[in-house]
Amino acid sequence: VMPLKFKPHGNPPSDSLTPESKATTHNNFYEFGTGKNDPANNSSHFQPLPWQLKVDGLVENEVTIDVEKILAMAAFEERIYRLRCVEAWSMVIPWVGLTLKQLLKDVKPLSGAKYLAFETLYDPEQFPGQENRRLGGGIDYPYREGLRLDEAYNDLTFMAFGMYGKTLPAQNGAPLRLVVPWKYGFKSIKSISRITFTDQMPQTTWNMLGPSEYGFYANVNPGVDHPRWTQKTERRIDDAGILGRTRIDTLMFNGYSEQVASMYKDLDLTRYY
Amino acid sequence: MLSNAFLHRHSLWIRITLHWALLLPLVVSVFAIISSAWGGDPVQQLIHFYANWALNILVLCLVLAPLSRRFKRPALIAYRRLVGLYVAFYAFLHILAYLVLDLGLDWALAFEELVKRPYILVGALAFLILLALTLSSPQLVRRKMKRSWLKLHGFIYALSLLLPLHFWWSLKSGYIEPLVYLLILLGLVGLRTRQFKAWIGSFRS
Repeated sequence: VMPLKFKPHGNPPSDSLTPESKATTHNNFYEFGTGKNDPANNSSHFQPLPWQLKVDGLVENEVTIDVEKILAMAAFEERIYRLRCVEAWSMVIPWVGLTLKQLLKDVKPLSGAKYLAFETLYDPEQFPGQENRRLGGGIDYPYREGLRLDEAYNDLTFMAFGMYGKTLPAQNGAPLRLVVPWKYGFKSIKSISRITFTDQMPQTTWNMLGPSEYGFYANVNPGVDHPRWTQKTERRIDDAGILGRTRIDTLMFNGYSEQVASMYKDLDLTRYY
Repeated sequence: MLSNAFLHRHSLWIRITLHWALLLPLVVSVFAIISSAWGGDPVQQLIHFYANWALNILVLCLVLAPLSRRFKRPALIAYRRLVGLYVAFYAFLHILAYLVLDLGLDWALAFEELVKRPYILVGALAFLILLALTLSSPQLVRRKMKRSWLKLHGFIYALSLLLPLHFWWSLKSGYIEPLVYLLILLGLVGLRTRQFKAWIGSFRS
């Protein structure tokens, strides 16, 4: 973890930030174990650099992005986003990075490209949860996620290389992760090694595990409950102590309706959850 | 192996030791929170930790009778009540942590979850059983209840099924841990088939 240069966030939102110490010790990253503090505890040997991100599929130019070069050259900006986990807890995190659109500007999708499929690095030597099925929560790795093309190119869709002014810690998805703030946190795939443009809706990890509980879209929606718990409210992890009770109402599209609702105006969000 | 005479003679010390041992998970949880050993937001960890200990102690409780039979130590049975009460104790802490720390004592929300979520309903049912077992555990109540006491306390067999089911259903992915508990608990019920059949039979009359 090292400091990064970036353009600070223009208008910080009114929500107070989640303390860095909480955002780096309460993580869902089953590659390092299913416990919330497993990722922080089991990732000290993780080597985020050197790192290559392969971009392929239905594009004019297949490219391999060298993350070290991006870290040295890119004009990063800071974005403070709410992160809403499907488990009904949330954080407010200052990310540092680029919009996905900027990162992929040289790629040029072909006209047939409708979706992007993302993959986390598959490396059981570095990810104990990929090696041990019990530790990794019974998931078939690599972890997979996907976005529709218009979602991927939305101005909010962000590729973070850092948080709290520094490069990402391993447990938060080093060296680069997606941040899709209007969707449940599991869409924001970590430690990405490959992005494939495709004409078919990609298979996604949680959807494969439980299709009746986790859809492809996974838009934050207080009107559609998870079958086993409510999504109407959430527990905000802020600077209150363990006895600080901060249950707040969950907002449609996590409060980003203005920027994203138009993409879904023809979609039945109860059916396509 | 400790003799029956020893188990009787030092009953007070054994009880004190048992209390300390069974309170240890509570002490560990307090220290883990104070020292941030459970990460930035230990609420979920805390809820799961108490639930796990309720299950572990249920296993211990159910293993005492087969142990006492196998090693001919009837004196062991005397400690079953004490151990059983700690199952209820950790189940209570589990529910308390969920209601206070997770739901923030929002009773309307708690009620809605209870009605809508089958796994919470199963958990609540299991807790009602534990509560009934706890309230009827004093010797005085036991004597007053006569035969119906055994009938009521047979519901511990139901817990062996309900608690792993509640655990299994609550998980986002994976099933190995609840399956292990289920197999162990059903195995322990299997060791007392005669009593189990008698209990089932007590409802047909």
